[in-house]
Amino acid sequence: MSDALEAGASTFVDQFPAESKVVRAALWSSFLSLALGAVFGIIQSLHRTDVLRVFESADYYTILTAHGVLMVVSFTIFFLVGLFTWAVVRSLDRPVENIRYTWTWYGLMVTGSLMAVIAILGGFVDSTSLSADVLFTFYAPLQAHPLFYGGLAIFLIGTWLAGADWFRSWWAWKQDNPDERIPLQTFMVLVTMLMWYIASIGITIAVVGFLLPWSLGLIDQVNPLLTRTLFWFWGHPVVYFWLMPAYLLWYTVLPKIAGGRLFSDPLARVVFVLFLLLSTPVGIHHQYLDPGIADGFKFIAMTNTMFLLLPSLLTAFTVVASVEHGARQRGGTGLFGWLRALPWRDPAFTGMMLAGLMFAAGGFSGMINAGLNINYLVHNTLWVPGHFHLTVGTAVALTFMAATYWLWPQLTNRRLYSRPIGLAQVVLWFVGMALMSNAMHVAGLLGVPRRTAEPQYEGFAFEPMFGSIAELDIQLAVGGTILFVSTLLFVVNIALSSGTPRVSGLSSSLPPALSGPNDAPQVLDNIKLWFGIAFVLVILAYTLPLASIVSRGGLLGPGGDAFPMIAAPIKSTLTPILSVSVEWLGGLVA
Amino acid sequence: MDIHNYEKLWLVLAMVMIVGFISTTTYGATALGIEMISDDEETIDPNALDEDPRFSEPRVEQVGENEYEAYVVARQFVFEPDPITVPANSTVTFYITSADVIHGFEVVGTNANTMVIPGEVATLTVEPNEPGEYGILCNEYCGGGHHVMEGKLVVEPEAEFDRGEADE
Repeated sequence: MSDALEAGASTFVDQFPAESKVVRAALWSSFLSLALGAVFGIIQSLHRTDVLRVFESADYYTILTAHGVLMVVSFTIFFLVGLFTWAVVRSLDRPVENIRYTWTWYGLMVTGSLMAVIAILGGFVDSTSLSADVLFTFYAPLQAHPLFYGGLAIFLIGTWLAGADWFRSWWAWKQDNPDERIPLQTFMVLVTMLMWYIASIGITIAVVGFLLPWSLGLIDQVNPLLTRTLFWFWGHPVVYFWLMPAYLLWYTVLPKIAGGRLFSDPLARVVFVLFLLLSTPVGIHHQYLDPGIADGFKFIAMTNTMFLLLPSLLTAFTVVASVEHGARQRGGTGLFGWLRALPWRDPAFTGMMLAGLMFAAGGFSGMINAGLNINYLVHNTLWVPGHFHLTVGTAVALTFMAATYWLWPQLTNRRLYSRPIGLAQVVLWFVGMALMSNAMHVAGLLGVPRRTAEPQYEGFAFEPMFGSIAELDIQLAVGGTILFVSTLLFVVNIALSSGTPRVSGLSSSLPPALSGPNDAPQVLDNIKLWFGIAFVLVILAYTLPLASIVSRGGLLGPGGDAFPMIAAPIKSTLTPILSVSVEWLGGLVA
Repeated sequence: MDIHNYEKLWLVLAMVMIVGFISTTTYGATALGIEMISDDEETIDPNALDEDPRFSEPRVEQVGENEYEAYVVARQFVFEPDPITVPANSTVTFYITSADVIHGFEVVGTNANTMVIPGEVATLTVEPNEPGEYGILCNEYCGGGHHVMEGKLVVEPEAEFDRGEADE
């Protein structure tokens, strides 16, 4: 690790100006997605509660698709690639091997997300066949324009190349430092990317193998249960792909901001290895209610899921212990009195702590989702978005925003425009989410469905045990509005920060852990071994369910058409081209 | 590797909790007999439902002394039949399939809830005791009219249900 960086003499941008530029570009892509996603978010929260309906209800689903894709694909993953590039370059203390390669994967990710977003927004324009009103899960036989699937594929390729960039840096570093332990941040990045590569198998087969050719009219039908299962093969580990950058920040940055240092480096490594092993062979827990998957497979997914609680519980311990250590270093005393000694005025600190607190609540609603039988009561109700707005919507999103308040000055040599606005912003997020998520959880228990423009029915009404649906609606709409204001404050604060003068001395070093890497057994760094075990676990968990789905319904399904039928015009333009080329090829052979 | 005593204790408690969760879930699934949606039925061509003896005419049928089967089709944006009428104090097995895209079938305020996937037939058994009316809604996005997709489950007193049958 760099002495200059550690001593706090120079910032990241002083030492790695070219890399800083890529990191800033990735973070800006992330923040723009967040801002646009938040616009769609507030429209939804006002629409479904019937406070204000600007759009027709049929367009609600275009808005919902855009909100989902922008938030959980663009916002989270662009932040991840920016943060991981910073973490690898910083912890290995060496520039990327080839900056043009780095810009290439970033460019692919931008291209892919633009393609997908254009396809989605096409849903607003009636005169075009461009449309992707398929929501974030794009369950067939709902069919999107090929541009949507193509965009997703290109975005994914970008993330794989990014991972290769970080592996390449590590490999080069290893040649120069053969006997050293992998620095903690780089270890976290590499293990997370291994998880990502395994998870990608599912979505790649679904998108490239089935959905893209189907949307181009090359195949007539797909097996909806198969593509759905392949989606969730990826769809659960992607949750940890959002969460791992937040964990990296909680382990390596939060203790420092609290005034101390990480409690245990070896246990941090154990936690990341556990996520690599356990996060993929659990996807079927999203399909507890799917006909066509045997209950035995669901039971196995349930037990695996419960064990996945372990690394998060370990993290809760380590993070709180590290923060307490920091508080005591700052002069805090007493059983709980040390809490007063923490830097609560620092938006980076307060934001991450509030995010962690909400993650605990989200963890508990997640345990309920994981419970095979109680899940029947909450499946596809508003309870579920209530849950994931606590996890990805707060534990991840609020940590990213809070960490930006700490990281941004080191990427720009400029102070934050306003720390008090930053502090207000993170507190507003917490308050807004507490209201919105609480209302969603309660409404979900009453059976109010998720993903609907108008949860009002003609033949029946939802019956709350206390209060009323109207009160829950107000709570949800007010919460959603506060969250929108909070997002604006964040983006504007960061944007205005580019107007503050350049200064020196903004560097902030990251101290090593109390129990350092040399206390960790060597085997923890054997990432080939962990990759191998993770791969075997996935094969074990998925071979039989997938084989059963294919043998029951066929690779391309038991029949059925595509909806909406936008394949027709595309097919009619494509077929003449294909037949001409087939004739031409035939001519060549003859 | 050096692990603090408190952390060891935490680790043990976490494992106890996890095993506890698995045990209670298993207890619910086995001892309490909470049935899960499974893969009991053969697949079916969603474009050929009108050739299927069960789904060509969605209906409720008596199959035993106090046992009924309900054949339900979900399609954009209705449930058939609507309403689904069954007698109180009986055992009703639902067979639900889709004629087009993925739908949900949720009897509001109960845990009778399943995904409806084209090509698959979901089965679930309920034992309605009290007469009354329950709302049914689609809880998976199925297209631009998703929010209007609803149905009704009417549980009639046994005598009234038998009269209705006799009238037909």
